[in-house]
Amino acid sequence: MNSPTPPETPPLLEARGLAYLRNDEPIFGPLSFRLDAGDVVLMEGDNGSGKTTLLKVLSGLLPPGAGEVLLNGEPLTLARLSHQVALLGHLLGVKGELSPLQNLRFAIGLGGLRPGITPYHALKSVGLEGYEDLPLRQLSAGQKKRVALARLLLVPAALWLLDEPYANLDREGITLVNRLLELHALRGGAALITSHGAYAYTSGTPRRIRLDAVDREFAA
Amino acid sequence: MSYGTSFSACRALFVRDFSLVWRRRGDALNPVLFAVMVVVLFPFALGPEPNALARISAGTVLVALLLAGLLSLDALFRSDFEDGSLEQLVLSPHPLPLLLACKIAVHWLTTALPLLLVAPLLGELLYLPRSELPVLLAALALSTPLLSLIGAVCVALTVGMRRSGMLLALLVLPLYVPVLIFAAGACNAAGQGLPVLAPLLWLGAGLALTLVLAPLACAAALRISLS
Repeated sequence: MNSPTPPETPPLLEARGLAYLRNDEPIFGPLSFRLDAGDVVLMEGDNGSGKTTLLKVLSGLLPPGAGEVLLNGEPLTLARLSHQVALLGHLLGVKGELSPLQNLRFAIGLGGLRPGITPYHALKSVGLEGYEDLPLRQLSAGQKKRVALARLLLVPAALWLLDEPYANLDREGITLVNRLLELHALRGGAALITSHGAYAYTSGTPRRIRLDAVDREFAA
Repeated sequence: MSYGTSFSACRALFVRDFSLVWRRRGDALNPVLFAVMVVVLFPFALGPEPNALARISAGTVLVALLLAGLLSLDALFRSDFEDGSLEQLVLSPHPLPLLLACKIAVHWLTTALPLLLVAPLLGELLYLPRSELPVLLAALALSTPLLSLIGAVCVALTVGMRRSGMLLALLVLPLYVPVLIFAAGACNAAGQGLPVLAPLLWLGAGLALTLVLAPLACAAALRISLS
């Protein structure tokens, strides 16, 4: 205890004994983990193991049932969330009536813009060059997902919470997600991604957290 | 890094919601058509005597516009809820009540303002006395934003439910009644040559109050609906 500890930068995201209860039934947890800058963590779990709920708690949409979430070492509040967390859920948050460009412009207005990138660049790097002005309704599910990924590139959030980012994407799209994650980690960001296990983050060996194992232990 | 101000967030929201309304402009005309149909049908049912129609004209126009507004209310947050835009709105770093106030403002401008513009025509169809028209318009100008704001809170409460139409109507109608009473009271007073200021001031006071409180209540209700 007496040995001087080196000054440590607080982790980007830390969960301590985090659990969520719905009608007194545990959905997941208790779960403790930390995410530092440059980390990509893969959260694995079967269908219904609480992956989406976990991401909602971490992003502040749901209050935790027990335990706490720390963002940069400080308790999570909606006010402090500002600009630090980008959530990509099952619902992509894009409008079918509007074009990719209009959707991205709205996202920038709402969340701010990372320096050195434009909506055109972002669309190009997700492989949607030439689709800028088409209504999103006319694009495929995978292409809509790519628009949502372009949003992640544009907003200046250090922490990405991605719910099944590989769903609906072709082989090329999966490589794209991996490349974006790698780039984000290199820039000092961190990402927590969920997967039911069919696809995986392939570059390097990401840390993995199994959700259902914890869940069953807790329920038993 | 450029985070953007709350002003730019509101502007982006205005631009997006107006483009959405423009893309669905056919839907946007529905409330107007509904109000026109209701008012056109009344003389067929009641007979065409000008005196009889003039007596009920202001009240009929008020009720027709109120119900027409109810038609478009459910759409206020529905599509944003279904495609996940609402989550992004809640997670944005800007004050949620402010963003919601912008959404409600766009909703009022695109659904209630067209109704307000056809109100003189509807009044004319029912032989509305010319002296009552300015009072009717003033009452509508004060009461339609009030109805939009009250309605928005109720929509925010019910948006998480799958078939919320009936529940929404049950929640909203009792809250709409006082607004209707004051608006109709002003028109009746004008018809009898009595002072109209008091009911209009009551509407104004109600509007000032809900203008501040409704966006806050709306934000709280939406957070509950999303969890």
